Amino acid sequence: MDALLAAAVSILFHGLAYAMVLYLISVGLSVTMGLMGFANLAHGVFAMAGGYVTVTLMNRHGVPFALAIVVACTTVALASAALERLLYARLYRAGELDQVLFTIGLVFMAIAAAHFTWGPLPQGFTPPDALRGQVELGGRVFPAYRLFLIAVGAALVVALWLGLEHTRLGARIRAAVDNRRMAESLGIDVGRLFTVTFALGSGLAALGGGLGAEILAINPRYAIEHLVSFLIVVAVGGLGSLRGSFFAALLLGIGDTACKYLVPELGVFFVYVAVRAVLLWRPAGLFGRAA
Amino acid sequence: MNAAAGGPVAAIVRQHRLRWWEALPWAAIVAAYFLFPDHRALGAQILFMTLFALSLDLILGYGGIVTLGHAAFFGVGAYAAGLLAVHGWREPITGLLVAGVAAGIVGLVSGLVILRTRGITLLMLTLAVVFMLEEIANKASSITGGADGLQGVRLDPVLGTWRFDIFGRTAYVYCAIVLFVLWLFARRLVHSPFGRSLTGIRENVQRMHAIGSPVHRRLVTVYAIAAAIAGVAGALQAQTTQFVGLNAISFERSGEVLIMLVFGGAGRLYGAFVGAPAYMLAQDSLAKTDPVYWFFWLGLLLVCVVLFARGGLLGLLDAALRRLRR
Repeated sequence: MDALLAAAVSILFHGLAYAMVLYLISVGLSVTMGLMGFANLAHGVFAMAGGYVTVTLMNRHGVPFALAIVVACTTVALASAALERLLYARLYRAGELDQVLFTIGLVFMAIAAAHFTWGPLPQGFTPPDALRGQVELGGRVFPAYRLFLIAVGAALVVALWLGLEHTRLGARIRAAVDNRRMAESLGIDVGRLFTVTFALGSGLAALGGGLGAEILAINPRYAIEHLVSFLIVVAVGGLGSLRGSFFAALLLGIGDTACKYLVPELGVFFVYVAVRAVLLWRPAGLFGRAA
Repeated sequence: MNAAAGGPVAAIVRQHRLRWWEALPWAAIVAAYFLFPDHRALGAQILFMTLFALSLDLILGYGGIVTLGHAAFFGVGAYAAGLLAVHGWREPITGLLVAGVAAGIVGLVSGLVILRTRGITLLMLTLAVVFMLEEIANKASSITGGADGLQGVRLDPVLGTWRFDIFGRTAYVYCAIVLFVLWLFARRLVHSPFGRSLTGIRENVQRMHAIGSPVHRRLVTVYAIAAAIAGVAGALQAQTTQFVGLNAISFERSGEVLIMLVFGGAGRLYGAFVGAPAYMLAQDSLAKTDPVYWFFWLGLLLVCVVLFARGGLLGLLDAALRRLRR
């Protein structure tokens, strides 16, 4: 009985840490998808870039962890805003196929660039001294860094929710997701709003990539390897839904960890079957509105 | 003069007829056999990739379904044909048929679920299918050989007469004939009432719903047909290269075939015949030196095609011809 409980706690704990990383990375994608309906398959590239910048600053230049994370977020957010204005903005009215091809092109280029700069091997990530080792909680020991991940993730979930519900920017984003034309008629500049949201979403992805470098190892194929997971969070949660993304990330994080722990041979299989079942039941996602 | 002789009806009727330039790809395929005797093995690869791209054209170019998981069916076909040969069924043509049926069934079952969704959800599900099958092929290494690939695929001579040789002579002709037969079938299909209704669904789903077209059933049907053809293409790979690797069923393979089709031009049945050779020849000469750079240039080219040359090479040709005629 005690072994069973220990397994359950362990699955929940690690699943939760994984879910937080998934949420941070995917939430921006969900909101930008909800806003513009843009099929951005290159979203993982921003997470990968965040991870590479963080790890490189820490390992090669001895920059402290917190500073490295902040620098990574800011650079990625700024770079993505430039990319959005220069390239993405041209394709908002284009068909889905063009958007898919364009973003796959970006992914291929990012893979090659990462491979060229950092080589094919995954980047090692060592948490800062203060977050290394184990912490004892209620008679069990947990790795400190994952505990930190969960705490930061939870804080950001709350912050994002408050930001979306209680700030002017949040109100504008909600209005534009609900009904873009109406929002535009009310004088909201949806184009500019989208640039800001896009940059924020990419910054969050970079944060997720940097913080989660211990769970999702940073390597050149990152943006492809985890693409399905990010898309699952978006699709299962429902486009543009903060709450949906959170629950979807939670389900996927814990479900995936549980499957890999209990049935390592068939883990992925169960996850995909579950995703399909959910989408058969609710094609627009758990919290999405039927199109 | 009756009304049918001119106007829009005549234009549609004319579309079905064979035109002189439709013989060009076949002339090129025959000529390439004699002109480049040392490169027939590569030629056979180009031919089965052309078939693969052609199958994607049916669902993407005509059905308007954007998929990133088409390699799933290529892979199923390849593993089906490979496993059949490894376990003693060495007759190639029945092997092709079995592979096509197997891939078609997988296409039918996954299509029934996937095609209920749209947009990013559909993309995610097609990706999930290919990742899931890749994972199965990887994990079931006792059956599929896992990461080492399926080795020891040996086949009887085609029709008991033509043995598969290392120069790819038989392979080239065999692939060319299969491609020809399935091209005739695909051509017939897209010009049939079924094909026209697919084009209607691509252009305006609401209107097709409104006139009572069974949209979901049509899409699932074409998805399964395209899956079966992709399976045959995969089987050709397994039989002619006598090896099946995990890359037959990967995301990269899905991306490659999408790129081939789009470079050539989707929705015109001949995009595959232009895009696949162009891609394979470029890859053969460029990717050997450095596969990493290859992906960089590929990505850049893709971005440029989307921004400046929608419609692919054949689209550019169309535009050039229009300008000349003016």
